[in-house]
Amino acid sequence: MYTEKVIDHFREPHNRGKMENYSAVGKVGNIVCGDVMWLYIKVDKNDAGQDIITDISWETFGCTAAIATSSMVSDIGKGKTIEEAIAVTNQDVASELGGLPPIKMHCSALAADALNEAIYAYLIQEKRSIPEALQKRHDHIAKEMAQLEERYAAFTEKGNSKPRGCE
Amino acid sequence: MAMNKNVYLDNSATTPVAPEVLEAMIPFFQSRYGNASSLHSEGRDARRAVEESRALIAEHLKVHPSEIVFTSGATEADNLALLGTALRSTGGHLITSRIEHDAVRHSADWLASRGYDVTLLEVDEFGRVSADDVREAIRPDTMLVSVMAGNNEVGTIQPIRAIGEICRERSVPFHTDAVQAYGKIELPMDVIDMLSVSAHKLHGPKGVGFLYVRKGTKLTPLLHGGGHEHGRRSGTENVPGIVGLGVATQIAFEERDRVTQRMEGFREYLIQEVLKLPATRLNGHPTESLPHIANFSFEAIEGESLIMKLDEHHIATSTGSACSSPNLEPSHVLVALGVPLSMAHGSLRVSTGRQTMQDDIDALLKALPIVVQELRDMSPFKVGG
Repeated sequence: MYTEKVIDHFREPHNRGKMENYSAVGKVGNIVCGDVMWLYIKVDKNDAGQDIITDISWETFGCTAAIATSSMVSDIGKGKTIEEAIAVTNQDVASELGGLPPIKMHCSALAADALNEAIYAYLIQEKRSIPEALQKRHDHIAKEMAQLEERYAAFTEKGNSKPRGCE
Repeated sequence: MAMNKNVYLDNSATTPVAPEVLEAMIPFFQSRYGNASSLHSEGRDARRAVEESRALIAEHLKVHPSEIVFTSGATEADNLALLGTALRSTGGHLITSRIEHDAVRHSADWLASRGYDVTLLEVDEFGRVSADDVREAIRPDTMLVSVMAGNNEVGTIQPIRAIGEICRERSVPFHTDAVQAYGKIELPMDVIDMLSVSAHKLHGPKGVGFLYVRKGTKLTPLLHGGGHEHGRRSGTENVPGIVGLGVATQIAFEERDRVTQRMEGFREYLIQEVLKLPATRLNGHPTESLPHIANFSFEAIEGESLIMKLDEHHIATSTGSACSSPNLEPSHVLVALGVPLSMAHGSLRVSTGRQTMQDDIDALLKALPIVVQELRDMSPFKVGG
């Protein structure tokens, strides 16, 4: 059901773990549905004065696909300018992995969203203007998270535990 | 050897066919290939084999052979029990539990969608249905109570004697899905009206099972055709499968005490050792359990990743958690038990078979701490935090 590339990234994921001195972190997912990604970015300026993502690392709670996509997005995003990185989609990540099973696309392809959210957090923190596309995607992600929490509210009560990572 | 599964601890999913079973089946593919409905000697030979198998199963269950209806497996047996009862009328009330196998659960859902009333019994923290709840749920229009004998995910044994006695008192038919319990624990056949069994869970072949139907229990058939199985299930008998199911039953019942005692030993040892790892829990009942199933949760770990990591170590196990199913929800069984969500996604089901050896258990216990640590290291949730 998984491609060899997915399995490879799952077995030996790249750039895993928390980053020291990160510039910003993007947190997406919901423990209630089972996949949570925290993605850290380090941003520096290059010689041309552009913002470059020089390092990415992540911490992920999730299935095989969630871990493989975390690994892949960290490879894809590293070295990209902020503008280039904003353009990376979940579909791009899945394609680089040779595809994901259809049922995994919805729940596990959160990796590019996490990158998006990290960039958003970085720009907010640096008091920069937010490109329209980034703002739109941030709003969309926030709306999806809210819907997920609503949809799984019954589980949360039943399970008698606060879904951590949703705060 | 990389593809070779050395350690198979997923016997609740399926089991290897026992050599004796396979040997008994082979002639019925080749030299003894008759259709059990045919008049000629080939046909009569096949009929004899089917009826011998039926008699053997009936003898072990201490029931009458005519009460055994062969099916394509337990999913069909469960469907026949629920739908075959319900479709005799256009409405009515069904009682079942929150922790049933999907074959019962989704049959009940389907009936609910067609206008039948369905009561889902809650379970306690160990996954046990209360017999008192059954008593309270029964109404004048209750047509069937269906509660599984032993749970397939967590192993908890249900009080089916008590439930069966209440049903008997109130003249409501009682069905139990005994797929995991058959050949493992004593079944109170005197209070059971219908019972579902699958061959491949006890070292028999896939694609065959049966529904025990107590004489006098009224069912409408789901499969219409040549009137096989006394009109209760049409379709040419799966002769090799039925023969295999008979032999598998015989082995299971004859070896039961010895095999289940060994399984219990493995289970106790597993529980003792796994719970030494930090932030783990046992799901299900510590003692009132089927001997071959142990279900654990590991905080901050997602179940599918755990299964895949163990697979790298050539250990086959399973999970009942979200990613094993085509939706996001954690296992309906663990949710019904009230397992915290931080734990419900990280479940591991270990299930042993007659071929399981101490080496298999040791291999799992050796790999598990490594794999758990590896996954916790990459999780944003910190254990005990």
